[in-house]
Amino acid sequence: MTPSPPQASASLKEWPLWEVFVRSKQGIEHKHCGSLHAADAQQALQMARDVYTRRQEGVSIWVLPSAAITASDPQDKDMLFEPAVDKIYRHPTFFVIPDEVGHM
Amino acid sequence: MNTVDTLALSEYVLHLADNALVLGQRNAEWCGHGPILEEDLALANNALDLIGQARLLYQYAAALQGEGASEDALAYFRDASQYRNYTLLELPHSTALAPTARGERDYAVTIVRNFLYSALMVLVWEQLQTSGDAQLAAIGAKSLKEARYHLRHARDWLVRFGDGSAGSHARAQAALDFLLPYTIEFWTATEVESAAFAANIALDLAAARPHWEALVCDAVLEATLTLSPTQGFVPTGKLSVHSEHLSFLLAEMQSLARQHPGAQW
Repeated sequence: MTPSPPQASASLKEWPLWEVFVRSKQGIEHKHCGSLHAADAQQALQMARDVYTRRQEGVSIWVLPSAAITASDPQDKDMLFEPAVDKIYRHPTFFVIPDEVGHM
Repeated sequence: MNTVDTLALSEYVLHLADNALVLGQRNAEWCGHGPILEEDLALANNALDLIGQARLLYQYAAALQGEGASEDALAYFRDASQYRNYTLLELPHSTALAPTARGERDYAVTIVRNFLYSALMVLVWEQLQTSGDAQLAAIGAKSLKEARYHLRHARDWLVRFGDGSAGSHARAQAALDFLLPYTIEFWTATEVESAAFAANIALDLAAARPHWEALVCDAVLEATLTLSPTQGFVPTGKLSVHSEHLSFLLAEMQSLARQHPGAQW
């Protein structure tokens, strides 16, 4: 079954918002590239194709209802992310990544 | 290939090219006027696909004709009485016989026409992919992918309109009632089509018709619409006898090239 957002509406102005993720080539993850309004998931997928992949940007598309995303509050930024700033030892910068690994 | 075949081939290719160009030009009218942003882009994509197909076909027709023929001359310097597109494709985006204002454009007409035409072209390109002519087979392979998407796009909206609100249902039904009789022209073989078919370079109309009807019937049922009878009037666009609308469309499309022949930019 395709997901549909909680309060889908017939009115054009109230079409729910969808987030679009495009994979630019095999082996690369889907990246967020924007959002659009559509009546349901299938339509969102079709519109994403026409809006976001016209210039050969993608080989695969995901759409998901924006309402399904739970986002962190920008006001919590300091509390959530500042504490990591001085802990550079968490970056694995002392390892050499072999070329064969490719994207990591 | 003998001379008769070459002539039939070039005329058949021209018919395919005119179809693509005329519908491409019509659909391009929505550019900047689409009902929503996403559909504006979708229709512009569709129009550019069709114009791209037209270019390949005109280039091929020009090569077959020789004697200085060119894609630009074929597209911009022939009059309505020389175009061989289906009448269906030149009609305005409206069920009114003489729409006088841009505001009368009806997206249901656009969608129903794109649906009826792309359902046919999926069959045409599928067949031409394996035609005896290498050039046409290559154009068919490229265009088939585009036509399949056009069909999916139009069919999807057809079902949404038909199975949508009372208002959208009524408009989709009116568009279908208005356009369906024009599809009779798909199935009346001209001499050119018969010769091209005999040379294994055209769609087998008798064999394709049930497939097309099944495609259409299936979508129309899903859209909760009804098919009206299509007996009677047989349009003659592919014989170059057109409705009044084609010359207006061509005038707009050709005016720049005719005012500045040979211009480059």
